[in-house]
Amino acid sequence: MALMLVFAAALPAAGALAVWGLRRRPYAHWVGAGAAGLAFAAIALLPVGRGSGAWLAADGKLTGGWWHQLSIAWAPSLHLEFSLAVDGISWTLALLTALLGVLCCIHNAVGAEQRAADLLGADRTASGPLQGAPGTVATGGPSPAAGGAVGAPAGSAASDPLGVPAGSVETGFPSPAAAQVHGVPAGAAGDGRESPEWRSPVLTALLLAVQAASTLVFLADNLVLFFIAFEAVLLPMWAIIHRYGDPAARRRAAAKFALFTVAGSLLMATGLFVAVADTGTADLGAIILLGGVGNDVSLLVFALLAIGFAVKAPLWPLHSWLPDAHTAAPTVGSVLLAGVLLKLGTYGLIRVAGGLAPDGAADAAPVLAVLAATGIVVAGLVCLRLPEIKRLIAYSSVGHMGFVVLAFAAGTEAGVRAALFGNLAHGLVTPLLFFLAGALKARTHTGSLGALGGLRLAAPALAGLLGFAALASLGLPGLAGFWGEAFTVYAAAERGGAWLALAAAAAFGAFLAAAYLLRMLRRVSHGPVAPAAIGIGDVSAAEAAVWAPLVAGTLLLGLVPGPLLTLLAEGIL
Amino acid sequence: MTAFAWLLIAVPAAAGLAGLLVRRRAPAVALAYAGPLAALACAVACAFANPRAAYTLADFGSIRVEAALDLSPGACAVAVATAAVSFLVQLYSSAYLRDDPRYAPFAAQVNLFCAAMLLVVAADDLVFLLIGWEVMGACSYLLIAHYAKLPQAPGAAAKAFLVTRFGDVAFVLGVMVLGAAAGTFRISGLAEVPEGAAAASMLLILFGCIGKSAQFPLQIWLPPAMAGPTPVSALIHAATMVAAGAYVLTRLLPVWPAGLLLVVAVVAAVTMTGAGLCALAARDVKGVLAWSTVSQVGFMFAAVAVAAGDAALFHLVSHAAFKGLLFLTAGVVIALAGTDGSLRATRLRPRDSRLVFWAMTIGLAAMAGLPPLGGFYSKEAVLSAAYEAGTPAGVVVFWAGVGASILTAAYAARLWLLLFWRGAGARERPAVPFAESFSLWALTIATAAVGALYYSGPFDVPALHLDLMALLLLATLGGFAVVGDSWWRDRRSGEAVPDRDPARILGRARGAFAEGLFAERLAAKAAVATAAAASAAATALDVRLVDRTAVEGSARATVVAAEETTAVHRGGLVRYLRLSAAGTLVLAVVAIGVSLWR
Repeated sequence: MALMLVFAAALPAAGALAVWGLRRRPYAHWVGAGAAGLAFAAIALLPVGRGSGAWLAADGKLTGGWWHQLSIAWAPSLHLEFSLAVDGISWTLALLTALLGVLCCIHNAVGAEQRAADLLGADRTASGPLQGAPGTVATGGPSPAAGGAVGAPAGSAASDPLGVPAGSVETGFPSPAAAQVHGVPAGAAGDGRESPEWRSPVLTALLLAVQAASTLVFLADNLVLFFIAFEAVLLPMWAIIHRYGDPAARRRAAAKFALFTVAGSLLMATGLFVAVADTGTADLGAIILLGGVGNDVSLLVFALLAIGFAVKAPLWPLHSWLPDAHTAAPTVGSVLLAGVLLKLGTYGLIRVAGGLAPDGAADAAPVLAVLAATGIVVAGLVCLRLPEIKRLIAYSSVGHMGFVVLAFAAGTEAGVRAALFGNLAHGLVTPLLFFLAGALKARTHTGSLGALGGLRLAAPALAGLLGFAALASLGLPGLAGFWGEAFTVYAAAERGGAWLALAAAAAFGAFLAAAYLLRMLRRVSHGPVAPAAIGIGDVSAAEAAVWAPLVAGTLLLGLVPGPLLTLLAEGIL
Repeated sequence: MTAFAWLLIAVPAAAGLAGLLVRRRAPAVALAYAGPLAALACAVACAFANPRAAYTLADFGSIRVEAALDLSPGACAVAVATAAVSFLVQLYSSAYLRDDPRYAPFAAQVNLFCAAMLLVVAADDLVFLLIGWEVMGACSYLLIAHYAKLPQAPGAAAKAFLVTRFGDVAFVLGVMVLGAAAGTFRISGLAEVPEGAAAASMLLILFGCIGKSAQFPLQIWLPPAMAGPTPVSALIHAATMVAAGAYVLTRLLPVWPAGLLLVVAVVAAVTMTGAGLCALAARDVKGVLAWSTVSQVGFMFAAVAVAAGDAALFHLVSHAAFKGLLFLTAGVVIALAGTDGSLRATRLRPRDSRLVFWAMTIGLAAMAGLPPLGGFYSKEAVLSAAYEAGTPAGVVVFWAGVGASILTAAYAARLWLLLFWRGAGARERPAVPFAESFSLWALTIATAAVGALYYSGPFDVPALHLDLMALLLLATLGGFAVVGDSWWRDRRSGEAVPDRDPARILGRARGAFAEGLFAERLAAKAAVATAAAASAAATALDVRLVDRTAVEGSARATVVAAEETTAVHRGGLVRYLRLSAAGTLVLAVVAIGVSLWR
């Protein structure tokens, strides 16, 4: 089973390379989806044969409570080992990462096929008369009916695993139109700059790279490896925003994202190396079992690490890269940012910072808690007047992550479990919201709340899903978001004293979430149908398939939180 | 028998979730009937066994959330009322919304609503209860916003959800404080909580219940909620959401520090009388009924204030019957009269539909408290409990209750006179569909018969006092007399009076009461202004200070520093020569000086 740990991280990496290599082939997207799917399967298999959670295995070997462990020497003089390990906490996050990776790849693949089919239809109706090639008209027939009929086979031809070369004669396609279809992936880079909805295979390759590096972060048992993987996430994510984002804002947003997180990472690296120097080992599990670093450097280590992770989480006031990056990123970029990258920050904060320096964490808890509560309230208030749907969802993430940090800072048993649970729930709900917002923007070509309206008349299923996701995001009991947020309030109330004020701020933040999400629903779903929303299509089967796991997961975690909490409780902290 | 307890909630919930996926009408109708009907059967079965069940839902280490059910006899009675009213509402709305393309999601949401209320009724764990509590709020949002083309519907729906959610801020906080102090969320395990924590948490929970039950000062969401379809109003007002607040308070009575019940009494007293006055002045049929609900739930709070939980539950059940009847009848009345429901235009003659006339008459008589209808017994029970309590809270709610009884009689009589005794418009009267008339019949019988629970039922209520009965009847007749006097004086004075409305007795205050003392508008304005100001301030802090100044400012500062540093290196050959000559000179002088000094 330990081998599955390697597969979990290596499969998406290999997939990224393969998709990059095959980027001119029409089936490249599906190769990527396959790699992500295999990685998901590898991670899903990890609980098989897991240990009892005891530190000592039956054969007397010290497992440190990990389910599985694997260690290969790499550069011992640098304390660098390729050592992976998994327990309940990292497994759930890795599984979430793989799930989102698969969904994003399928989203891309389906979108690319859709576009190829659309282009073919448009080309055949538009270019036929223009080019006026007699052969074209004779063989294909430029009538709209024929164009629609041909669109479907062309779509399947584009995904043909045999990679039928462009302008294949046997289908009887006229070469100009067919070349256009298959020419799309070839001109992907140029095309990508023009239209944000266009999903090139390169984007899929970058997504897989993010997935591989993130999985490695969650599974790393060596601090140096952790740092390398943590940094490796940054580059592909930067490229996703920089290259495939909204043309108006992407460069600025990508630069801000990169500079901000690099600055945080440098502090984090300093903290990691202080910890390594103090303990003499870079084995994460071993340091946690030893009770962390010495007392004299504990607060220093925690502060350095916490600032680094707080940038990624993000914790107010280190969050301002996030709204820009989310708004500018393409849909899949936002999904991964919300579902995976923010989790790197909270995972690092809870396991690495909290594990390496528990004493420092206890000392710094009030500061963290006050910042987190401020973030919850400020983000909620800012959301009340944001005019753009993606920016609103992005800011709401600041609030949700505030709950996670507050629960962690409370430091009680219930608080840590609530933090881990809320972390995962946010990873299901907010990506769903981003998928829906992306679908809405692709249909209406606007994300401005003022220009939208009447969605429940124009596309009832999409409006229904948006309503569901909004209810989940505002922490409706019975859906995933509730448990983390309600027990954040509990954890703060449990501490008593001044923490009660923080509990009240958190509870009030949940009210603000209801207010801004209902405002969003009122602008988007209710009222008369806005001009931008007239005649838009409702949820397609492919979209429903991509979103279904997130909807199901949200319901399941909401109704049956017990098993996940048990898993999280067994984790090593 | 615990299986029945679980099915009680699971069947309507499953029917609701399945109904959300259904598009066609026939299966939607089948699910709509099946959910509440099965729940009704389960509730009746539970009434015989009173099952209890619990298993761990979520383990947070220091505390556990348990999916715990406790169907005490009182809870069973409320569950039966909830399921029965839900079923009749479903039956009624399958006819009422016969041409509505969005019937399927509507029916599904009603089922979810019913399941959520049953969860609140049956739950023995406060966090488990919270699931039903808030799902009910979300369903009310969806149901009130049902009419997509009604311009005020989305606003009314959002208001209902947000006001109750505002109360829930306090409710959640109270539950968590209580749980942290007691070490458990089980209601049956909360007996020993330190005084301070109990007082704080119960005041917080009271605020949440005030929001849910639309009591003063959070009554503002209920009147606009009329924008939903009439059956939804019946559902919200009769046996579910509005009653849930009072119900939860009765469950938590053992935790209340006795001295604090005075707070509940004041809330109840203000609400009972204030809402009664608003009902007397209201301008449309559903408005009168909405304000009457606020006032009647005030009676339930009054019973809580004197620690008479069973009296509150008895009034809850009898109120469920007559208020469900009144709202469903009002829907038929408005449809028959073909108006928008405003009292100015809505008028029928008793012979237009005998069923509607008698249903309305019996419903209003029960609300006013005429024997032997259910409302008489339950109101009598509440006032007896207040009378016997002998506490300051008891005194407050007793006299407020007597005053509210006068008002109840007055507004009931006014509605009855205005609806049926002003002649009629000349309009075709469509027949009442069978499903609707069946619901009216069933609720009429229930309204008349529910008083029997007084003699043999699950409720432990005080015995009837003859003097109190006389007082209550006197109060009711007094209310009738005031309204009747105004009405007959108009009639005697001839045809000249254009507006024969007994609400004139309120004089100049009538307009203010008709608008609910402008509380809704004031609260809306204040909330919008506060939100705008706070949001602007937060945005300024977040965007200007944090982002532009701190973050991007530091980036700009770095760039400026880089440019300055670059400028130093941009001197040209001559400058470099000068610099190096000067440097050499300085070095030489220092070196010479040092060597000399040695």
